[in-house]
Amino acid sequence: MLTYLIRRLILVLPVALGVSIICFLLVQIAPGDPLTAIMPVDATAEEQDAMRAAYGLDKPLPVQYAIWIGNLIQGDMGRSIATGRPVAGEVFGAVKNSLLLAVSAAVIAFPIGTALGFLAGYFRDTWVDRAVTAVSIAGVSVPNYWLGIVLVIIFSVNLSWLPSMGAGPGGSQDWSWDWLHMRHLVLPAVTLAVVPIGIVARTVRALAGDILNQDFVDALYAKGMSRFDVLRHVARNAAATALSVMGLQLGYLLGGSILIETVFNWPGSGFLLSNAIFQRDLPLLQGTILVLALFFVAMNLIVDVVQAAIDPRIQRT
Amino acid sequence: MAVVETDPTDPRAAPDMAVAKPQGYWSGVMSRLVRDPVTMLCAGVVLALILAAIFAPFLGLGDPYKGSMIARLKPLGTAGHILGTDEQGRDMLVRLIYGGRLTLFIGLVPVVLAFFIGSALGITAGYVGGLTNTLIMRTVDVFFAFPSVLLAIAISGALGAGITNSLVSLTIVFVPPITRVAEAVTSGVRKLDYIDAARATGASAWTVIRVHVIGNVLSPIFVYASSLTSVCMILAAGLSFLGIGVRPPEPEWGLMLNTLRSAIYVNPWLSALPGVMIFVTSLCLNLLSDGLRSAMNVRD
Repeated sequence: MLTYLIRRLILVLPVALGVSIICFLLVQIAPGDPLTAIMPVDATAEEQDAMRAAYGLDKPLPVQYAIWIGNLIQGDMGRSIATGRPVAGEVFGAVKNSLLLAVSAAVIAFPIGTALGFLAGYFRDTWVDRAVTAVSIAGVSVPNYWLGIVLVIIFSVNLSWLPSMGAGPGGSQDWSWDWLHMRHLVLPAVTLAVVPIGIVARTVRALAGDILNQDFVDALYAKGMSRFDVLRHVARNAAATALSVMGLQLGYLLGGSILIETVFNWPGSGFLLSNAIFQRDLPLLQGTILVLALFFVAMNLIVDVVQAAIDPRIQRT
Repeated sequence: MAVVETDPTDPRAAPDMAVAKPQGYWSGVMSRLVRDPVTMLCAGVVLALILAAIFAPFLGLGDPYKGSMIARLKPLGTAGHILGTDEQGRDMLVRLIYGGRLTLFIGLVPVVLAFFIGSALGITAGYVGGLTNTLIMRTVDVFFAFPSVLLAIAISGALGAGITNSLVSLTIVFVPPITRVAEAVTSGVRKLDYIDAARATGASAWTVIRVHVIGNVLSPIFVYASSLTSVCMILAAGLSFLGIGVRPPEPEWGLMLNTLRSAIYVNPWLSALPGVMIFVTSLCLNLLSDGLRSAMNVRD
């Protein structure tokens, strides 16, 4: 197990390096100069050069990258061009809110998706299976930003049950676990949960169906094992794959919540990202993407390790 | 079939009377598809949407850009505007039909481009192997570190709004997954004996790929790519919804959904209409891809 863990950790390093290169290049592909947003229009050529030198933008690209990555390792992600505040602080504050949203969505989606998928796999080719398949196809096909709007129309506009935007009363940014704050979480979390419900249900259905068809299931029944105990064996066989799909989905939820955060004005990383895009605040854009992508890389790593711990066969590949 | 008394070994016997011709792969796929009502229905809907989008200017519809200050946000069922009007008084039905042009264009073209680029990269990596494989596949791994939504938004956000930029960013998003699938099926085929046999006869790498590899790997890659079209369309509309895709005043479903959000308290169901179009299209694309997968006998 330990050798597997070490090998897997070593494999992560080049990916993380690649991610940092892509994030660095993001600023380079942007049209214009990162400083155009803050440079006064009447700045002379000398003033522009001085500004560029001050930000290190006059150096060759590899040198700029080396400086950037050096600062990054020390936790310095540069300063936001729009606010002047350190990027790291802004990003981590926002990611905390996004994580709250993503985990809440996962808590809703994973049990429901697993239950639906298992029912469909167990009652394969019956009306249960068809109903679950329909639900999961609808779940993976729905544009969730639109679903968010529809839920707002039903529960905020028509019924006035739940708030339609923000993360707390009066635009409060400080989260606390009381109903006043939590009612703001309901609609975005449910909206975000729909796609993973469909994906998890689909995966678990296929898994449960395949495993139930294997000979060992018949053998267990034949030796007189109770239905419940047989299902425990099935669950254990499905666990590794099902968990890996869920782990990846959690990563997608965090990285993919930007559209939902925009719909609900949720003060998370997606919200920060869209502000960064519209203010052309490239250091902030770069930092947010980097943190989200590295989180996704870490999530992949955890998924692989957990999967290998559950199913030792994986360690040998 | 009429029973004709001929000797089946007689070469003079008309071939279509003697024995039924063995069914080819593609005619088998077609006959399975035709017998699948859900897939046929979805194919019909997608085809209708595409045709409506292409021929929108010839359908005798009104002008999708012409607004009217006095006819803003008319509800569904208004005389003359069967689906109501938007926040600038433009006819919703006309704009929804015209909207399909850009949404379907930006939703489908990147997958087609990524299909060609990804297949080329993946087949090369899978067939050549060695250092080439390592270089291509490790680069692909890096792109897998980004959730697709995040990567699309990151690239589009950096490049800025615009149709070309959306096409570029979505193509970049879908090349890595297609490359990975292409590489996996190609390395599987590469190990088979008939490839060794072909190489032993002196066929060049290009000939082996062209004659023996492509025919065997293209259908799984194609089915996989078709499963990405719905995601791509949702993402394309999503970029416009965020304001980093198509620019106003172009009719585009995601952008319409965004601009109509301001009308959510005035005329809520009207503002949800563009999303219905996205949902129906994406649902049909997904079901169509599922139907293709089973008709073409491609396993996951």
